[in-house]
Amino acid sequence: MHCQRDSVVPLNYSDIFWTSINLTIASASRRCKVVVSGSVVVIFRAGVRSGCIPVKTISAILVLILLAALFPAAHADDLGSEVAELRQLLSQLQQDYESRVSDLEARLARAEQLASGAKREASEAFDIAEQTSIDQTSGGAAANTFNPSVGTTLSARYANIDGSWEDIPGFVTAGEIGSGKTGFTLGEVEFNVKASVDDRYFGNVTFAIHDDGGETEVELEEAWLQTTGLPAGIALTGGRFFSAAGYLNGFHRHADDFSDRPLPYQAFYGGQYLVDGIQARWIAPTSLLFEFGAELNWGGGFPASANDETTPGAHTLFAKLGGDVGAGNSWQLGVSWVSVDAIERGGAHHGEAEAVSTFTGDSDLAAMDLVWKWAPNGNSGQRSFKMQGEYFRRSESGDFDGLEYDGDQTGWYLQGVWQFKPRWRLGLRHDAVDADNGSLLVGTELEDPGRNSSRDSLMLDWSPSAYSRLRLQYTNDEVLAESDQQWMLQYIMSIGAHGAHAF
Amino acid sequence: MRTVAVMFLALLAPLPAGAINVFSCEPEWGSLVRELAGELAELTIATTAFQDPHRLEAKPSLIAAIRKADLVVCTGADLEIGWLPLLLRRAGNAAIQSGGPGHFMAADYVRKLETPKIIDRSQGDIHPQGNPHVHLDPRNIRRIADALAQRLAEIDPMNAAAYGARLADFQSRWDTASAEWEGRKTGLVGLRLASHHRSFSYLAAWLDLNIVATLESKPGIPPSGAQLAALLEQLSPNPPVAVIRTPYENEKPSSWLSARLGIPAITLPYTTGSDQMVTDLFALFEETLRSLEDVRQ
Repeated sequence: MHCQRDSVVPLNYSDIFWTSINLTIASASRRCKVVVSGSVVVIFRAGVRSGCIPVKTISAILVLILLAALFPAAHADDLGSEVAELRQLLSQLQQDYESRVSDLEARLARAEQLASGAKREASEAFDIAEQTSIDQTSGGAAANTFNPSVGTTLSARYANIDGSWEDIPGFVTAGEIGSGKTGFTLGEVEFNVKASVDDRYFGNVTFAIHDDGGETEVELEEAWLQTTGLPAGIALTGGRFFSAAGYLNGFHRHADDFSDRPLPYQAFYGGQYLVDGIQARWIAPTSLLFEFGAELNWGGGFPASANDETTPGAHTLFAKLGGDVGAGNSWQLGVSWVSVDAIERGGAHHGEAEAVSTFTGDSDLAAMDLVWKWAPNGNSGQRSFKMQGEYFRRSESGDFDGLEYDGDQTGWYLQGVWQFKPRWRLGLRHDAVDADNGSLLVGTELEDPGRNSSRDSLMLDWSPSAYSRLRLQYTNDEVLAESDQQWMLQYIMSIGAHGAHAF
Repeated sequence: MRTVAVMFLALLAPLPAGAINVFSCEPEWGSLVRELAGELAELTIATTAFQDPHRLEAKPSLIAAIRKADLVVCTGADLEIGWLPLLLRRAGNAAIQSGGPGHFMAADYVRKLETPKIIDRSQGDIHPQGNPHVHLDPRNIRRIADALAQRLAEIDPMNAAAYGARLADFQSRWDTASAEWEGRKTGLVGLRLASHHRSFSYLAAWLDLNIVATLESKPGIPPSGAQLAALLEQLSPNPPVAVIRTPYENEKPSSWLSARLGIPAITLPYTTGSDQMVTDLFALFEETLRSLEDVRQ
């Protein structure tokens, strides 16, 4: 063999492949013959690559072996020396290919090591890339990282109203109430900012911006902080917030199912009862929702009056009970009691500089609400039904513009909203209030009207997405002595972040 | 008097140490918690397979349930944006608030697909972090199982060894099953489908399915008649083999389209509990593959 070891390189992978195949067979079968044949292939391939012609050598060896086998007796001496030569040649060959095989094996091992290293590196690189991509698309990587969620609600309506009213007979009211006027009215713009303060508090601010006789007014509708870090079902809220007394009172007006608040809300809360103070609520560790809470109000939001004292002018107690019936039904029952210690409470309407009249005394409002929601399998995507009703009873006694006053008023509403197609809802509502203020107040605002004020409303709304709604509403209004048929078309749109609505 | 006092004290005494309370938003994570925690966890699942997890409400029963939870296991990536933040705020439960160990969002542990480049509501009800329906890829389940078992051990260190053992057992069974499912991929590669919503993007990515159209032209916005008619015209020359949807999605658009294209409209299991057969995650993938194989034939 003249081939130098060095002349074998460079090897390509097919050589290694062949070698490894044959070696595998050899080790599997443990038969020497196969090893030799495998080695021959290696030598052959290696030799061809390096320009040697071992084929001839091998052929000569094979011929000699054959001849020796055919003529065993002839020229015994010659044969003996030739056999010795052949043995030497064979042993040289064996040594040569053994060294080549071990060389190839070493190269193969190196190559395998390199390949697995490369594979490991590639998989590590993939893992890093995967993790980076996960990090980039997860958790805190939202568009508003560390910024509060900001959202605005826009609304307006076009109405046709003949018998417009701003007061309900038999009641002294305040706040933003009334039937509104004919024509186009821009509703208030709600501007809301909210976020976690840290791991213990959540903060929320809502401004209501509206036009009042050509001047833009900004009202602070909500500004509250709530604990999220307290255990055992306890949450404390402080600031200005919507009282939990009454089901609808917890909602922004844009979430209402009709274009105006029910009459008892207008009469008893001036549309919405805001508390400037604190609230504590506790949820019992039960499988039904069982929640209790209390509020102290130092503010002057109707029906409370700012008493200019250290003691709160109003306090609230409330309880809620709720659960499911099967997969399709959910319900909530609430009771509440608002007790107001009023001192010269004015009935000033929005934009009016002076109070029309004042009341000093006790005002106790008890209310009960029930909400029932149904959807097939509890899936409200296609069809759903919501029924809600509230009943209010108020008892007031004290001094009304210098007159002794002891009156009772009641109010209630019942409404059903039927989502009959994915984007369409139809709703029907009856709302009514009744005052029984006694005969002493004839000639004042609190003179009994002798009948109750009520309305019947029918609405149809269309919401192509969760952020836009168009609504058509018809109301037969009997708040005043003469009934009035009213039509209104309303839009409510939300831009920016829009938080979830409560049940 | 003494009896009353004893009874009162008994009420105040801490509950006996036992199972941890886990609140799971969707059935698939409930099933994963069952695999990894078994009897060690008391489980509440907020939605069924027939309820759209985008559209649930923060209803009273869920407030009561989340108030008692030691761990919340949900999808995240804004899937539950319409109700989970409200539940967390109403819970009066510090343990499960975002950022703490009791708050586990599965989508945080996998790579999201379809991360939108333009974040604007004109694009529909999009999720800025990407498609949140991550569970229909068995490789994602494996990754999430890893992370969830770690989290369970963190919440309940007394049983850490048990969670580790259950994870190892689950993953060995999962790997065996995954290998079998991988083997069936070849029969499904390139299968052309139309889907109601982008609920099956991860399934399609795993199986190399070809979802040629979604019935919702914008995610979360129900398709209108005009949009469906346009889709019919677009798909008619080369219709897909089937229209797929989840059990909670409106069947009307897909039956309308399937009738006109002469192809089947099928409900894939999507999550556990959608069918009597689909009792766990293994059955979920098994049934999903079987349904797709039926369509192929």
